[in-house]
Amino acid sequence: MSEELIRLTNLTMTFEDGVTVLDGINLDIKNKEFLTLLGPSGCGKTTTLRIIGGFLSPTSGDVFFNGKRINDVPAYQRKINTVFQRYALFPHLDVYDNIAFGLRIAKLPEREIDERVTEMLEIVSLRGFENRKITSLSGGQQQRVAIARALVNRPQVLLLDEPLGALDLRLRKDMQNELKNIQQRMGITFIYVTHDQEEALTMSDTIVVMDKGKIQQIGRPEDIYNEPQNAFVADFIGESNILDGVMLDDYVVRFFGRKFQCVDKGFEKNEPVDVVIRPEDIDIVPPEQGHLIGTVTSVTFKGVHYDTIVDFKGFKWLIQTTDYCPVDSTIGIRLNPEDIHIMHKSEYSGLYGDYSSYSAEYDEIADCSEDDANEE
Amino acid sequence: MKNKLLACPYIVWMVLFTIIPLGIVFYYAFTDSGTGAFTLANMASMGSYLPIFLRSIWLSLFSALICLLIGYPVAYFIAQCKPSTQRLLELLIMLPMCMSFLLRTLAWVSMLEDTGIINTFLRHLGLAPLPLIRTNGAVILGMVYNYLPYMILPLYSVIMKIDNRLLEAARDLGCTPVNTFTKVILPLSAPGILSGLTMVFVPAVSTFYISQKLGSTGTTLIGDVIESQFKTAYNPNLGAAMSLVLMILIFICVSIMNRFGESEEETEVIAKV
Ligand SMILES: Nc1ncnc2c1ncn2[C@@H]1O[C@H](COP(=O)(O)OP(=O)(O)OP(=O)(O)O)[C@@H](O)[C@H]1O
Ligand SMILES: [Mg+2]
Repeated sequence: MSEELIRLTNLTMTFEDGVTVLDGINLDIKNKEFLTLLGPSGCGKTTTLRIIGGFLSPTSGDVFFNGKRINDVPAYQRKINTVFQRYALFPHLDVYDNIAFGLRIAKLPEREIDERVTEMLEIVSLRGFENRKITSLSGGQQQRVAIARALVNRPQVLLLDEPLGALDLRLRKDMQNELKNIQQRMGITFIYVTHDQEEALTMSDTIVVMDKGKIQQIGRPEDIYNEPQNAFVADFIGESNILDGVMLDDYVVRFFGRKFQCVDKGFEKNEPVDVVIRPEDIDIVPPEQGHLIGTVTSVTFKGVHYDTIVDFKGFKWLIQTTDYCPVDSTIGIRLNPEDIHIMHKSEYSGLYGDYSSYSAEYDEIADCSEDDANEE
Repeated sequence: MKNKLLACPYIVWMVLFTIIPLGIVFYYAFTDSGTGAFTLANMASMGSYLPIFLRSIWLSLFSALICLLIGYPVAYFIAQCKPSTQRLLELLIMLPMCMSFLLRTLAWVSMLEDTGIINTFLRHLGLAPLPLIRTNGAVILGMVYNYLPYMILPLYSVIMKIDNRLLEAARDLGCTPVNTFTKVILPLSAPGILSGLTMVFVPAVSTFYISQKLGSTGTTLIGDVIESQFKTAYNPNLGAAMSLVLMILIFICVSIMNRFGESEEETEVIAKV
């Protein structure tokens, strides 16, 4: 688990039109790990994957595999297989022949091919579909054929570019589990691309958050969620209220004209900082007991909890609570030191974390529609 | 309802210029040239023209295959070019089609003649002249030259439509460039190959004039014989019978070719989707 398998050093990618799509990517990928590239549409996830797969040469920088530089190794010689973003199944072959394709190229005996293809069909629940034409399959079935076609080759590394994008929620959850199982059972390194943060958090050993061609943060899911490095990460992973604050001293931060205890240290004295408060960490209390007092401006029922928007001196917070607080009621909130997370200011400061224009739809959905617009 | 209305002009056209003329051909084929009475004599005499029929078929099949061998690399090459280059090359391919068919064939005569450009050149070099004209080769050359664009264009449009991601997927699964070509590109261009072969074969098998100019009496094609029935031998009934038989033969050939590509047919549907 700890040995390094793939290393990207100083990757940059500039296309002919002069747009820099990747900018100084440095990344170590360990053997047998489940690594996820997470970021909004157009941030360069697919481009990174294509460079690792050998379909694109970086403008500068190197790709190492097992310590050897593989920039000039053609795709067909790399021990890497890909599940493409839009399947790329062969329309002239049926389901069985699509899955058997790589094994036939490798000239395996027909008996072994049959065993492995059948096993794979079982895993992706497509038994009985052997002779179906690709065009007669639903999007979800095609996606599963694409996964089977790559996995059947038992590659050392599998690149998956939003492999579950076309599936409905239920099937997506099932396939997430199935993929994670396969990855652990077969001991394959997965490099997984998604813009679904929940998917990334559930499946990954390591998450790489990207935006605008740069890596924003690398870490375990818990670290990314609990200790986001800047306002972009805080906002992209989960929901966050992000406020302007000043770090008065180690463990003391001031915002909204009040001092708060926190658990962060190592900042300059009086350094302006971004303060992140997760909506689910906030405790609602009667106004007289509150650190801050505000007025509820909207309540939306979300199933498990209510999304409650509260106006604190003109700055609107999102609070997720199981207690129903009616609109226009005055409430107080308490913040425990571990609920407050401090970040250095970044280019993203002030862009995220204000719920003044809250709509019940969340950001994810906005990401999706942006994605659709970029598709073609 | 609306759709049917839209088809009206075409149906009228079909009846006027396809169905009725076909009926007339039928009528002539089975009537006597002198008396106009029903007869099977025209059909019965087809046997003696069998060698000419067969020669027409094999010369044009052979030409279609040569067109494929020349046309495929050309179409493949054009498909890889930049869009601006592609437009230019397409134009160059189509340009000869704007020239009269007769003129193009005559041009070859002056190239291949015993006193033509090539042999004059050879003579100047002190070499013996070659027997170029009045051979099967010259007839095939004429066919290939005249019908090559009909091969290149459908191939080009099919190759253009092949999704680049499929080629990446092939490489990803271990295909060398050669493998990628034989396992993915070639099968996916089968519909284009088929329609190219048909588009060359059908006009080539019924062509006339090419063999009159470039061939000899030994290379007469059925098209020329049919033409002569109407123009010099004055036996339109026999000509009609020959046309009918030729039509049936073409039908058979084309359906055999399509049978070959039956499994590829599905691909064609997909390519269109
Ligand atoms: N061949 C190319 N030429 C020019 N620009 C390109 C090319 N390929 C990708 N890009 C640009 O690079 C940027 C990153 O693309 P990429 O496909 O890596 O995004 P992504 O993170 O995978 O997004 P998505 O989630 O929508 O798939 C985009 O702005 C895209 O327009
Ligand atoms: Mg992508």
